[in-house]
Amino acid sequence: MSKISESIKRYDFEDKIQGKAIYTPDFHPEGMIFAKTFRSKVSRAKILSLQLPPLPKGYFIVDHHDIPAKNIVPVVFEDQPVFAVDEVNYIGEPILLVVGPEKRVILEIMNNISIEYQIIQPILSIEEAETCSAPFIFNNKPYFVDYEYHKGNFDDSVRRAKRVISDEFKTGYQEQAYLETQSMVATYDGHTVCVQGSMQCPYYIVEALKVALGWNESRIRVIQMPTGGAFGGKEEFPSIPGVHAALAAIKSKRPVKLVYDRQEDIQCSSKRHPSIISIKSYLDENDEIIARDIDVKLDGGAYAGLSSVVLQRSIFAAAGCYNIENLFVRGTAYATNNVVSGAFRGFGGPQAFYAIEMHMENIAKQLKKDPIELRRKYFVKQGDTSSTQGTFHDPIVLDLIANEVIAMSDFKSKRLRFESEKLKGIGCSIFYHGCGFTGAGEAELIKPSVRIKKEKSEIEIFISSTEIGQGVLTTMRKIVSSTLEIPIDHVHHNYPDSRDCPDSGPTVASRTVLIVGRLLQDCAIEMKKRWNEESFEIIQSYVYPSHLRWDNQIFKGNAYPDYSWGANVVEVEINADTYEIDVKGIWAVYDIGIPIDDKIVKGQIEGGIVQGLGYAMMEVLESKKGKLSQDTFTTYIIPSSLDIPPIYSKLVKNPSTIGPFGARGLGEIPLVGVAPALACAVQQAIGTNITKIPITPEDIMKGVQL
Amino acid sequence: MKIDFVLNEEKVSVEVEHSNRLLDVLRDDLHQISVKEGCGEGECGSCSVLMNGKLVNSCLIAIASVDGCHILTLEGYRKTKRFEAIRKGFEVSGSVQCGFCTPGFVLAAEALLSENPDPSALEVMKGIEGNLCRCTGYQMIVAGILEAKEIGKGLW
Repeated sequence: MSKISESIKRYDFEDKIQGKAIYTPDFHPEGMIFAKTFRSKVSRAKILSLQLPPLPKGYFIVDHHDIPAKNIVPVVFEDQPVFAVDEVNYIGEPILLVVGPEKRVILEIMNNISIEYQIIQPILSIEEAETCSAPFIFNNKPYFVDYEYHKGNFDDSVRRAKRVISDEFKTGYQEQAYLETQSMVATYDGHTVCVQGSMQCPYYIVEALKVALGWNESRIRVIQMPTGGAFGGKEEFPSIPGVHAALAAIKSKRPVKLVYDRQEDIQCSSKRHPSIISIKSYLDENDEIIARDIDVKLDGGAYAGLSSVVLQRSIFAAAGCYNIENLFVRGTAYATNNVVSGAFRGFGGPQAFYAIEMHMENIAKQLKKDPIELRRKYFVKQGDTSSTQGTFHDPIVLDLIANEVIAMSDFKSKRLRFESEKLKGIGCSIFYHGCGFTGAGEAELIKPSVRIKKEKSEIEIFISSTEIGQGVLTTMRKIVSSTLEIPIDHVHHNYPDSRDCPDSGPTVASRTVLIVGRLLQDCAIEMKKRWNEESFEIIQSYVYPSHLRWDNQIFKGNAYPDYSWGANVVEVEINADTYEIDVKGIWAVYDIGIPIDDKIVKGQIEGGIVQGLGYAMMEVLESKKGKLSQDTFTTYIIPSSLDIPPIYSKLVKNPSTIGPFGARGLGEIPLVGVAPALACAVQQAIGTNITKIPITPEDIMKGVQL
Repeated sequence: MKIDFVLNEEKVSVEVEHSNRLLDVLRDDLHQISVKEGCGEGECGSCSVLMNGKLVNSCLIAIASVDGCHILTLEGYRKTKRFEAIRKGFEVSGSVQCGFCTPGFVLAAEALLSENPDPSALEVMKGIEGNLCRCTGYQMIVAGILEAKEIGKGLW
């Protein structure tokens, strides 16, 4: 075991265990008042008129008139307004804020706002978007983006094929369900606006403030507060409450707190994209898979948000861990009048791996082959090219991962036994997660920098990476102190403040340890050489590795700087009376390189698996006429302690050549493979193909063959 | 109306609307920031406190019903030896990630161990079923409580 992997006490532990950590809702600057968001109750309409009640002294309305520069939330496209002007496109779209000292009075004012709408026919699903005609939501087409890429000679292979196996799968929404809702506090001193809050990406909010206010960055400050969970839900979304709170503070000249209640948070914050994915495999006369046709459709909701980037990850992941020489892959992110879909742990991967892994399972079933051995035949290896024709430069140990998970779970004998035991099943999945931004994004879009400072014997880390429970305040100290070979207590690191932390990129894409950690290691190596100097600082910026290539126009080359790999096995038994799924065990093996802290890694693995379990079989979230039907924790059911099966996890040690101390990305991969392994198990148990997630007892009742 | 109760072994008196939630009185009037609001409907347990020794969701308790009661929050509990055992158990087991649910879990552990000082893993899982955690997947919290019961043997 590497020394760096030995667990240490987390640096954020004491504040949290004692309840002393000040989260945004706990923060009360002197003179603070409150804001609440008035939102659209219809999914698509023109706003004809809006009548406000008389405002008591000390109360304010903040709306699009209060935006000094652009009424735009900058994400990828510039289509989403900070506040609606004359039209609304989804239920929950912000129209204005009511701001003032008493929450009760704010609610009274909200209740007395009257708004007159002219309803426009909404587009409420992927299917409706595919067939809709004008007026479109986004420019002059029914989708935000559509992509395709090719590998090999697809058409020739299709002509050669003797057999076609095809499937279509649907996946539902998923809510991040962080325990702390979206929360922001903004203060304004007449010159600088400061936004403090619950967030993953301080510099996304800096950028959003620059765009809305038109101010120089020197008048903008963003500070992360201790954050009660994020899971992607605090990636791009917090720019909206961040800018709202800032506008309210600037107008009222008072500190303003904006905290969502749970129902509001579920209704209006971003969700995992629902998907429809079709896959066709073409087989030759020897039942070899020679070509594959993949079509991914995502429901992006009312504004483009991150849908284009999620779709890219989804279409790359949909080829799975397999080397199929001839590919034709398409993807479309549709515009609908549903809530805006966005980042969620896995970022398009969970939908894609659900589809490709179920499809591989179905091929194995049709060919009467062992499901893992069929997959193994096509595993990508070092030196192969990926679906986007980038060379895999590093060793890929999928064979070892598969062997380990088979041995741990006793997969083969159980699989055989359950063929004759009713309502019992075992399933597997093989998956990867690309670490870091897609393609050359790290170098071209993000351009991350880090800074470390030496003052006598004390070292301080300045990065914009956020502590969202994943342990960044501990792992980064470990990387720096181990590189410098000094006691860790001499290394200091706090929650990021844009005033003194350079933009090291967002805390997303399983990139923090791999990319930011590596930059810190490079700084520390440099610092060590100059250790005799008393005080100095080192700033390091990312350089795109020379062995990688990427063409973003045709999606050709190395889609990611590095990959983590994994396999899951899930065993289930179906209750014959209730059709509920009893999960007997989950086995998980990963190659995440060298762990930076064993306990932190275990926490990410188990937490990710349980979130994946919720996605697979519990977390039903449906849009009915544009309104989410499950918008409380009573109706949107996330796993509790009683829903948890035994989880057995193991790491294979295959050091990364890029990451610090050989570490790869970890945050997302544990969620990615759970749903297909569970669905394959259910499929064996009931003998009917599972084509959607989450799998409900009603689905099983319909499909069960007793 | 005026409500008198004992908060963390000290008498307090608050002048509030009778329908106010105990959660808001604790957070807004008595600065008990460890008591978190996660859902506002008694599903997540982030606002857990001990009311006369029983674990309750303070978002579901009207302040009028607290008159004369003993309320314990983490601000009070963290001064005890039992807390030290839970703290150590959670530390070695990696039971804390984002930390937002943590105060509720600490008090749920206290309620469980004071009822059953030697719970099995299954009993721990049942004991914390009213508290939601989205980060850990629960196993490391269960391990933390089992560790705490060993460290704090004789305290419960």
